[in-house]
Amino acid sequence: MTGWTLVLLVLALSSVFYFLAKRRSLRVATTVGGIHKLHSAPRYYGLVAALLFAVPAMLVLGVWLSIDQNIVLKIVLTEYFPELNWESQVDVNWLTSQIQILAQTGRLENIENSEVLNAAADRYQYLTSLSETLRNASVLALGAIVSFIFILFISARLKARPIAETLIQCLLIFSSLIAIFTTIGIVLSVLFEAISFFRIIPFTEFMFGLEWSPQIAIREDQVGSSGLFGSIPLFTGTLLIAAVAMTVAVPVGLLSAIYLAEYASPNVRSFAKPALEILAGVPTVVYGFFAALVVAPYLSDFGAYFGLDIAHESALAAGVVMGIMIIPFVSSLSDDVITALPQSIREASLACGATKSETIKKVVFPAALPGIVGALLLAISRAIGETMIVLMAAGLAAKLTANPLESVTTVTVQIVTLLVGDQEFDNPKTLAAFALGLTLFVATLVLNMTALYIVRKYSEQYD
Amino acid sequence: MTSRIEVTSSGSHWDTAAFKRRLRRRRAAEKRFKWYGIGAVLLGIFFVLMLFFSIAINGVGAFWQTQIQLDIYFDPTEISEANLYSANYGKLVKQAMYSQFPEVTKRKEKRQLSRMVSVGSDVMLQNLVTADPSIVGTTRSLWFPIDDSFDMLYKNDFGRNSNKGGAGLISKNQLGWFDTLVEQGKIESRFNKRYFTAGDSREPELAGLRGALMGSFFTILVTLAISFPVGVAAACYLEEFAPRNKFTDFIEININNLAAVPSVVFGLLGLAVFINFFGLPRSVPLVGGLVLSLMTIPTIIIAGRAALRAVPPSIREGALALGASKTQTVIQEVVPLAMPGMLTGTIIGIAQALGETAPLLMIGMVAFIVDVPGGPLDPSTVLPVQIFLWADSPERAFLEKTSGAILILLAFLIAMNIVAVIMRRRFERRW
Repeated sequence: MTGWTLVLLVLALSSVFYFLAKRRSLRVATTVGGIHKLHSAPRYYGLVAALLFAVPAMLVLGVWLSIDQNIVLKIVLTEYFPELNWESQVDVNWLTSQIQILAQTGRLENIENSEVLNAAADRYQYLTSLSETLRNASVLALGAIVSFIFILFISARLKARPIAETLIQCLLIFSSLIAIFTTIGIVLSVLFEAISFFRIIPFTEFMFGLEWSPQIAIREDQVGSSGLFGSIPLFTGTLLIAAVAMTVAVPVGLLSAIYLAEYASPNVRSFAKPALEILAGVPTVVYGFFAALVVAPYLSDFGAYFGLDIAHESALAAGVVMGIMIIPFVSSLSDDVITALPQSIREASLACGATKSETIKKVVFPAALPGIVGALLLAISRAIGETMIVLMAAGLAAKLTANPLESVTTVTVQIVTLLVGDQEFDNPKTLAAFALGLTLFVATLVLNMTALYIVRKYSEQYD
Repeated sequence: MTSRIEVTSSGSHWDTAAFKRRLRRRRAAEKRFKWYGIGAVLLGIFFVLMLFFSIAINGVGAFWQTQIQLDIYFDPTEISEANLYSANYGKLVKQAMYSQFPEVTKRKEKRQLSRMVSVGSDVMLQNLVTADPSIVGTTRSLWFPIDDSFDMLYKNDFGRNSNKGGAGLISKNQLGWFDTLVEQGKIESRFNKRYFTAGDSREPELAGLRGALMGSFFTILVTLAISFPVGVAAACYLEEFAPRNKFTDFIEININNLAAVPSVVFGLLGLAVFINFFGLPRSVPLVGGLVLSLMTIPTIIIAGRAALRAVPPSIREGALALGASKTQTVIQEVVPLAMPGMLTGTIIGIAQALGETAPLLMIGMVAFIVDVPGGPLDPSTVLPVQIFLWADSPERAFLEKTSGAILILLAFLIAMNIVAVIMRRRFERRW
């Protein structure tokens, strides 16, 4: 029985327990003189029984599924390969995959089946099926016992509705805690790997080093693969592309927000605003394709026409397309801020004889400034966290340059390229991605927090 | 300002030359500023149109495939009961090709000739024979996909002027044969069924989207199954039950923050927690769906809370006055009224998840997978990752395939957004 059928079975059985408990409560009701003598409606007895079956069963199933593979593998490996070096991720992963393939298909390609491997695979298969049987039994038994005890206790005075409501409340609270678990998960996973990275590579070298070449030489005499982890070129590359993006997005986004909020007729507004917001709904991989295969070749030809040497994977192409992607962020958020300003401040300015544009420049814009700054900070945070556009259009070479016509790389590109393919969690190359992830997470967090703080602190209350 | 105000004979400074000049300047500035705004809006809309047109123009071709008609003789001396799965089907195709041009005898030229048909043709024949062994011994006229370089040649004359005879390019001989075949009407552009029914392939003419579509389907199914109940439950708790205190404030800050965390960071989380810590398999829709649901939950919670807030307090007070408990009120009265808004938010969140690429690259959904996945635990890729993979391929024919895949992805997204808009219009209530 696989995990899926077990889940379905648990759901089916919990409805069975629902009916069992409901029937029992009805029977109890006849002995005490009618349903109205029960504390709660019969469906609440059923509901509690069903919840008491499903919740413990699912909890056990979840815990079991998340740890059983690791335990089984640990047992098999310690039994059959006592000399295995647990520190070496490569060895452990290799052995694990060999055993798993052997157990599933019964043969290995390219490699002689050794006696030990075969025995280990048999043992692995046996333990896996044993764990599965135990899992099924314990999941169903625990749920059934808890639910059954409840059914035995059903009486006219049992307060089923408050119990059911408390259980539901607990589920709701648990759901809202998932946001916190996710944050904790992000912080811990990134932090731990980053700390083990900084054990190998000193923090100062990472933060202030000027050279990035994460390939580590396999042979001693290999050239240019010394494993340098200075991340300054990545930061400058990220900032360069974000700067190009902002020079596109800020004027276009801000001016269109002002036009749509202050000048446009309702008809134009109801057409143009959603049209611009289409840009926010386009997946980033589409922008990446657009940047790499449409904009970059065009820019490159265009530059050659004027005698400029624009690299095919230039920061310019990636930045411009990223700017297009960010336009709706800037325009929607600024538009919200501008339309939220009270009409009276505009009327006061117009009454003093200012033209509309003077009103906008000297009254509306300063009043909306905190909100607009917040919007721009959010847009910057979006730009430095964007991955697909830069991955497809910005290249991999870590160059320390401020020239947007050259090819640069970014933090996100390096995270992805370091982690695509096989990872070894004892190799600085893999761990470097987590250190970069930590800096990215912290940077975006600070930007978002600052944006919120500025908006809260400097927005004047006009009501 | 110390400037003197000029006064004309009429006693007013309103019609002095300086005043008029100033007014003209201010009016010009006013007009200019308005045009900047119009220009910005038009530029934004121009970007939208350019994006869609450039992809649409490139992508339409993907739905058609140039095919060649060959008369295949299912030679009984080659195929027998015993070797249905191992017969040399490639030879049948080659022979049919040679019989088109009996004048070709040189070995090198023959090889060039046989290369014009897609390398997948033998598998197609094998499938035909194994499905119906009775066709052995007959001659059938069949359509085969043509090699991708000739597909490009037929569609937009690409490669006609670069025939140097080098590897991967079209030789002079091949060009001549091709033109003859076109004249004979043996080459046609037909609807590309494989594009929707086949898995990925290294050969552009054989590559299809089915694997990616099924992968996306399972991933989104997992995402929906997790994020919708959790998001709705969390929204209910935070909006209806939670006391206002430091702890719930903290949860709220967390949710708002998660909505702004870059997607790669979620990929790091998925890799470190689901794959490395819990030992879940790589490249499977289950893990992809888990990661995407963590990204979607904040969106659903925020939309759900807005929907709950829009339900007027009188509904709650009415239910409570009739003796319903707080939980009954929320579950039986408030949530059904807020459901359209919650579903709209869910659709928008799921549409975002459908287009998400970066976190899935890191949990291994970027592998080259030919088989169409049959469940959430089969290795697979998803539509946006397939676009990323194809966009990286050097063959020119993949440019078209990639754009076609983008068109399909955008069609799904547009459909989902239209459903969301219709639902909002239809079920939105003004209280």
